[in-house]
Amino acid sequence: MSRPARLALFALAGPGLLAVLLVGFAGLPAFGDYHGVYGLVVDGVELGERHATDMVTALNFDLRAFDTLGEEYLLFASVVGVVVLLRALRDEREEDTEHDTGASSQHVFEGASDALRASSLVLVPMLIALGVYLVIHGALTPGGGFQGGVVLAAGPIALLVAGRYLAMKRFAPQWALEALEALGAGGYALLGVGGLVFAGDYLKNFLPLGIPGHLLSAGLMPLNSIAVGLEVTGAFLLVWSEFLDQALLVRRAAES
Amino acid sequence: MSVVQAVALAAVAFAGTVTVLVSDPLRQIFTLGVYGLTLTLLFFALQAPDVALSEIVVSTIGLPLIALAALRKIREHERAREQETER
Repeated sequence: MSRPARLALFALAGPGLLAVLLVGFAGLPAFGDYHGVYGLVVDGVELGERHATDMVTALNFDLRAFDTLGEEYLLFASVVGVVVLLRALRDEREEDTEHDTGASSQHVFEGASDALRASSLVLVPMLIALGVYLVIHGALTPGGGFQGGVVLAAGPIALLVAGRYLAMKRFAPQWALEALEALGAGGYALLGVGGLVFAGDYLKNFLPLGIPGHLLSAGLMPLNSIAVGLEVTGAFLLVWSEFLDQALLVRRAAES
Repeated sequence: MSVVQAVALAAVAFAGTVTVLVSDPLRQIFTLGVYGLTLTLLFFALQAPDVALSEIVVSTIGLPLIALAALRKIREHERAREQETER
């Protein structure tokens, strides 16, 4: 379709969409004007019977913990798919990372200044601390396994920004990432089995609840959060390193 | 609707439009990151900190890295093809 034809179509469809949206927005209830029952029930049950103070995490790891299991394995399956697709193909080979010497083996970016490198290295421990905080405080404050997991994965990525991709690969080697991923995914499923054994239902809470607002409270939720955190950290780092391997290390055999 | 929410909403509309109008994929990755940041501010202004955290980690860490790596690989292939045609 030519550009004028496309523009004409948009000139017709755009205002129509805008009108429909405006009518729709006009009919929305005011912000904070909530009449549902579900939210009130969640607030009461999750604080009263589970001692959790962050309702979103309580939803994810308690009320619909089984859905979270499904989501976790969705991520797991897609990561496995990406890894299978991106592994070195038959006419490609990875640069020999063992025997290279000097600056080339570090993949120092020509544009990476000392200031950028220094500030990236400062970021690494800060990101890891923030990620750990988000993961273990999931049931107390906003955050949780998913968000904390991505922040944790960003820690080693800061090394990449410093221009040290191979240092990152040593810091977070492939086997460790695969182990993290498997431990997180398997751990969550096993916590569910624990519920089956000790409480009679899959993923049902079987741990003491503690005092609301304390670090060790809300029963199973902190453990679920940690399992998801490990899984997400492993998943993101695996996918990134597969993509970056393809982009930075893998060359077609004919070129080398 | 408070002033903060209105400002955040306007920022989302602006950043979203800019992201669509930028045509170079490399620049688009960065405007997409900024767009994600404005969305994060909006979610925060609407008192949804959990969603805001998810949005900020996905839009500023998760997506750009994969897009950048993919872009680099594509450019590499294009360069190799150009060299072949020159010969």
